[in-house]
Amino acid sequence: MRLACPCCGERSLDEFTFLGDASVTRPDPSADDAAGAFHAYAYLRRNAAGPSDELWFHNTGCHAWLVVTRDTRTHEILGVRLAQDVALARTGNRKDVRETSA
Amino acid sequence: MAGQSYSIFSVLREALRGHSGWGPAWREAEPKPRYDAIIVGGGGHGLATAYYLARHYGIRDVAVLEKGWIGSGNVGRNTTIVRSNYLLPGNIPFYETSMKLWEGLEQDLNYNAMVSQRGILNLYHSDAQRDAYARRGNAMRLHGVDAELLDSAQVRRMYPWLDYDNARFPIKGGLLQRRAGTVRHDAVAWGYARAADRLGVDIVQNCEVTGFRIEGGRCTGVETTRGAIGAGKVGLACAGNSSRVAAMAGLTLPIESHVLQAFVSEAVKPVIDGVMTFGAGHFYISQSDKGGLVFGGDIDGYNSYAQRGNLPVVEDVLEGGMALMPRIGRVRLLRSWGGIMDMSMDGSPIIDRTPVDGLYLNAGWCYGGFKATPASGLCFAHLLARDEPHADARAYRLDRFASGHMIDEKGVGNQPNLH
Repeated sequence: MRLACPCCGERSLDEFTFLGDASVTRPDPSADDAAGAFHAYAYLRRNAAGPSDELWFHNTGCHAWLVVTRDTRTHEILGVRLAQDVALARTGNRKDVRETSA
Repeated sequence: MAGQSYSIFSVLREALRGHSGWGPAWREAEPKPRYDAIIVGGGGHGLATAYYLARHYGIRDVAVLEKGWIGSGNVGRNTTIVRSNYLLPGNIPFYETSMKLWEGLEQDLNYNAMVSQRGILNLYHSDAQRDAYARRGNAMRLHGVDAELLDSAQVRRMYPWLDYDNARFPIKGGLLQRRAGTVRHDAVAWGYARAADRLGVDIVQNCEVTGFRIEGGRCTGVETTRGAIGAGKVGLACAGNSSRVAAMAGLTLPIESHVLQAFVSEAVKPVIDGVMTFGAGHFYISQSDKGGLVFGGDIDGYNSYAQRGNLPVVEDVLEGGMALMPRIGRVRLLRSWGGIMDMSMDGSPIIDRTPVDGLYLNAGWCYGGFKATPASGLCFAHLLARDEPHADARAYRLDRFASGHMIDEKGVGNQPNLH
């Protein structure tokens, strides 16, 4: 498995570290159901068998956070985006991001 | 009771007649329309659950549904180590119950599982590590588990060939559990399958669960590739795929699936007679009775259902091996393989009811599932039969993440790839 970093090009897996599911987002702490929402945010995972969005960090490269779309059944890499771009798109138009990453 | 008992006499009798009299160890069962209890997953834990349900709790109208063949998952993919050297109160009694069941397993099942209590030695390389192991050993002894803290002279008597004066990772001693050891892992699946079958349990292979029948919030059966099957109770014992299966019942679990690789070398003469772990990296090793060195290390660290890993972790594990035992440098690697682990959010398992009535969960074994097989089966059978947790598995609740009662042996928090 090799990841194509948008800044550095295709690199070996051992340059990267894995954080987890990129589809979870931090809930609103002032919401009425904040306790339940934070439980889900911190502990519950979709753990999909198939294409899934993940946060990776280019540890020994450019130090960029990446959103990697990867098939967990085959390890096939379907796309790599800068997490910054994904986050900016999410704040701009949350619905569009959900659709492209589904 | 179907089939024959195994004994020295049956072995001698069959030896004299060319082994022509052995029958199948278990029946090839067709699924019935309904069972009192269905276990989803024909691995070690599922088969053990069915056995203890029939043996200890008198529930014999039981089916074990397996999508492939029994023992094709993690029970045949581990490094065969059994031990009960845990630290936290939620874990020690459970794993010690498991250790005791291992000690009587072969007599209980009438099956040779090659249980070998050859001891496990966790090496330490610094004063801080010594303190941590002293604490762990004391916790074990307070729970009645055997533990001995060895200094380097004592370790040297066991393994004179280790590099004690290594400049970076000198070996200062080790924590020894003599009752720990190894068990022939496939025989565990086969032994439980045969023993359960003899008590009337149906073992249905090539039968994948594709959905759950849930009526009024209660699970009343499963849909499978071989038709619908009704059930009084349904237990999930499909670690590795727990999230995927539970999702069919509308549940989201505190689990990620990760791949763990293991390795075996070509057969060599006896070099290591116990199980040993390296304290300065993640590496554990023992030697099989055939002579192969069986070893492993960390999980790959990313979500995976692929049952195969990548080369960086292969390199990392082999580097750990070379740091501990430079003498294995010219031994050739025979095989490596991967298994899919249910990595839970605190590194500890779940044996509990679910929000769906009649649906029970046995999951989240991280990479400690094999050693837990007997106790997991016993405690899950207890839960299914009595609807209340077994005394040794009370801490393994599904709601502990919401209530804050985590059992985090390594203290790394909700980061499954670090447990």
